[in-house]
Amino acid sequence: MTRNRRLAPQIGEVINRSAPLGFTWNGKPLTGFVGDTIASALVANDVRVVSRSMKYHRPRGYMTNDFWDPNAFMQVGDDPNVRSAHRLLEGGMAIEAQNVWPSLDRDIKAANGLVKRFLSAGFYYKTFIRPQTLWPAYEKVLATFAPGGTVDLDTPHGYYDKRYAHPDVVVAGGGPAGMAAAIAAAQSGAQVMLVEHAHVLGGHLRWGSIADRALADELAAEVHGAGVEVLTDSTVTGRYDDNWTAIVQRSHPIAIERLIKARAKTLVVAAGLIERPYVFAGNDKPGVMTSGAVRRFVNVHSVRPGERAVVFSANADGDAAAADLERVGIRVARVVDARAGENVIEAHGNSRSVESVELADGSTVDCDLLVTAVGWTAPTSLLNMAGDRPSYHEQSARFFGSASIDDVLTTGGIAGDGSIDQLVEHGRLTGRLAAARAAVIGHQLQAATARAVEPANAEPAWPTDDRAPLDRHAHPELFRSSTHGIVDFSEDVSSKDLVSAANEGYDSVELLKRFTTATMGPAQGKLETVNTVAVLAEARGETIEQVGTTVWRPPYAPITLGALGGRVFEPVRVSSIQPWHEAHGATPILAGQWVRPEHYGDPMAEVRNTRTNVGVIDVTPLGKLDLRGPDVPKLLNQLYTNKWSKLAVGAVRYGLMCAEDGVVLDDGVTARLSDDHYMMTTTSSGAGSIWEWAESWLQTEHPDWRVHVTPVTTGFTSINVAGPKSRDLMQRLVTDIDLSPDSFSYMQVRSGTIADVAGCFMWRIGFTGELSYELHVPAGYGLHVWKRLLAEGVDLGVQPFGLEAQRIMRLEKGHFIVGQDTDGLTKAPTTGLANLIKLDKVDFAGKAELAWALDDDTAPVLVSLQPTDPRLVPDEACQIVRAGTNEILGRITSSLMSPTLNRSICLGQVLPHVAAAGTELTVVLVDGRRATARVMEHHAHYDPEGERLRV
Amino acid sequence: MLLVPCPNCGPRNAADMRYVGESGPRPDPNTATPAQWRDYLYTERNPAGLLRETWYCRSGCRTFFVVERDTTNNQFVHGPTRVTKLGGKA
Repeated sequence: MTRNRRLAPQIGEVINRSAPLGFTWNGKPLTGFVGDTIASALVANDVRVVSRSMKYHRPRGYMTNDFWDPNAFMQVGDDPNVRSAHRLLEGGMAIEAQNVWPSLDRDIKAANGLVKRFLSAGFYYKTFIRPQTLWPAYEKVLATFAPGGTVDLDTPHGYYDKRYAHPDVVVAGGGPAGMAAAIAAAQSGAQVMLVEHAHVLGGHLRWGSIADRALADELAAEVHGAGVEVLTDSTVTGRYDDNWTAIVQRSHPIAIERLIKARAKTLVVAAGLIERPYVFAGNDKPGVMTSGAVRRFVNVHSVRPGERAVVFSANADGDAAAADLERVGIRVARVVDARAGENVIEAHGNSRSVESVELADGSTVDCDLLVTAVGWTAPTSLLNMAGDRPSYHEQSARFFGSASIDDVLTTGGIAGDGSIDQLVEHGRLTGRLAAARAAVIGHQLQAATARAVEPANAEPAWPTDDRAPLDRHAHPELFRSSTHGIVDFSEDVSSKDLVSAANEGYDSVELLKRFTTATMGPAQGKLETVNTVAVLAEARGETIEQVGTTVWRPPYAPITLGALGGRVFEPVRVSSIQPWHEAHGATPILAGQWVRPEHYGDPMAEVRNTRTNVGVIDVTPLGKLDLRGPDVPKLLNQLYTNKWSKLAVGAVRYGLMCAEDGVVLDDGVTARLSDDHYMMTTTSSGAGSIWEWAESWLQTEHPDWRVHVTPVTTGFTSINVAGPKSRDLMQRLVTDIDLSPDSFSYMQVRSGTIADVAGCFMWRIGFTGELSYELHVPAGYGLHVWKRLLAEGVDLGVQPFGLEAQRIMRLEKGHFIVGQDTDGLTKAPTTGLANLIKLDKVDFAGKAELAWALDDDTAPVLVSLQPTDPRLVPDEACQIVRAGTNEILGRITSSLMSPTLNRSICLGQVLPHVAAAGTELTVVLVDGRRATARVMEHHAHYDPEGERLRV
Repeated sequence: MLLVPCPNCGPRNAADMRYVGESGPRPDPNTATPAQWRDYLYTERNPAGLLRETWYCRSGCRTFFVVERDTTNNQFVHGPTRVTKLGGKA
């Protein structure tokens, strides 16, 4: 029988009774109102059991009725682990219980309770450790018992976002003190962000008296009026070096969730207090709740959490809860006053609800609601992250921050006790201090920036903290009754588990935590840390102060992976010719940051056309550095392994760069355009890092060298024109450069006008092995020159070719690619270019290592290979082994089918004793079969003498 | 995230910078022994206390600079300075 547990309308309720919302609970249609949380709507519909506990599958009801409620996790549609006491109800929500099978009411996993012995503290470590061979089987069974909802793999990607902010003051917590701090800071001229965990400002005033709620509205209006940026349903999840704060914003008009990275000059922690549950037998029965939970149900959402209550009270909040219950007509059968030494021993009940409570005086009182108000946990998380190690204050039975941190201030319940007026006043003083300190810190930041305008005013004096500290009210120390009960509700860890673990030797709080998993569940210690510490102190016969507490680490509240990933800011780079590529059917490929044409349909045909006629390829991503100054040759000598002092104007030279450990870093060509003007090219992927590499030598080792390095990679569009007919084609586009082989030969550079575009330069080099010209034209004219090349060369058979065809042609020529045919261990001699290492130079990067490497006869050697079966193209990275064994001798680094030779060709690194031409090697293919390949005499499979490119 | 004091740009997020490494002289490649050279390449002193280190203002002015940082509390105590002869380790 279901009864309606909604109270009659009352002042201050946040629900809109004229706006009903339909939803389903485990398939059953129910109704709530706009303003309800999922929790209040369920309780209004007489739902008492809302989940099953993680290990023992015990029935659970709402206990703290807030974000941290350990029993409130639900599946809403495709969204698992929704915190149902925080999430607002929406029409059409399909809400289901998690971690139950086959249903919430009949959960057969509750049988776990019967085998509790095996599920005691550390049961994972003890039960499933041996025999190890059975672990896969254990894992399978355990996985079906794992808590948590269901992830729907078909859920589409949502939009998440990231924001960067530089406020003067961030206030964490929008209760009375936090609001007052934000107002005062803003009125002092600071730019303020106020971050509140709940959906509205107010903190504990929201579930307080009518006057409390009126004050909350008043302060909230003042906050908005003061120009404070208010972020509700948001949490400061972490505080890092120099007050870099991470704020997760769960409600955002567009993004599902947004991460704000705010660099605060000062941080005000006004996180309030979290109410602690009490440890006693039966403390997790549905109907056992904290006083805050009850007051939120009754005062905010107008629902009846029970019909007959017992209130165990140690403070004013417990008394207020009793008064609230009576006011709305819920019978309070007994107020058990902890301050008078009264105590709760055990809650009895059935699988659906608590039915009676046994008291220390021997009496038993019938009830369906047991309210506990036993004190507070100070969420000192952000203080911990700022380096503070909070200490325990016995008289008020809670932890307080103990350090004084210049740019992190506290106010409100985390700082002390007082009347609302006193808390507000302390908040105002704190806000003023925070703003004053932010002004000094801002001044210092500005003064430390060399090019900024000199601050007009002198640095203000550092404001000292002259706030009168808040009182610390006395509160009874109440952690555990004479019976054992649950301490960590999300992990199902009882006080008995903690005591036995302590007796087993896990008697340091950090060890105990990891062994029992207490404080490691979704509540992350908000509810259970102090009780865990108290139980351990009891087991050790020590004080809480002696035991200490665990360190709270970020994040304070969960962040979705989507928000951490955020929006992708990675730019995609394209050349000026990209629109043409797209219009002509190019298959795009992402190479580093660049989108490039992989091919235009048939890479093999592109190779054949380039080898017989002429082809053009867009090579804009090629790194280009403009080098100017009288000392450029010194820089080149430092960066490259070979010599550069005698490079003539108009000449181009190939060079190899190594890091200081002798490992190949990059390669490319550099041309001397005029006396003091050079152009260096790097690999496409090395464009950025080689610029930094050059700068590091110029700035640190040789600041006396007069060289300017300017990256011009995107300033020029680069096109390689390759093929036996490339000179014929170029002659139609160039008028002021003599292209005759005698005048402009291989490895030469010329500047001039190409297709009527002035300011171009071109050089004769070739990665393809054909007669070729690499054109570099001002980027704005790239597309124009490309189109003219194709238009003028129709009768010559000009065709574009893509990256794939270029890769084939370079492999036919045996050219290695840095990073593909070399790796992080490949020193220069391995590449076969030992003759480019000039040890008679005074210095160059990697010189010392390369001197030793040249004497090393054990390093691998890069060789060209041809598989015996010309149809077989072994996958790249296939191992080369000694025949009949698995002894590794090397690996294939590049492997492709050559349309020119009509056979497969490879490059590979092999050990020197099998590197001689003609050696037959065994290659292990991906499917395990073995094939043979022969070491070739030359790196180049095609035209080893290079006759085609020197014409 | 640390604020790293660039001599030009002022204190900036460490993510705007590249951490080059501990600062120290580069041995003469012509006379260094393998042990000395590899010490320069691979050995970090990693002290608990004051450390001279090199940063590169990668997203800003592209200056290499040296600072002295107390590794026990991440406070920058000296610098930044555009000191040279740091070693080309990068």
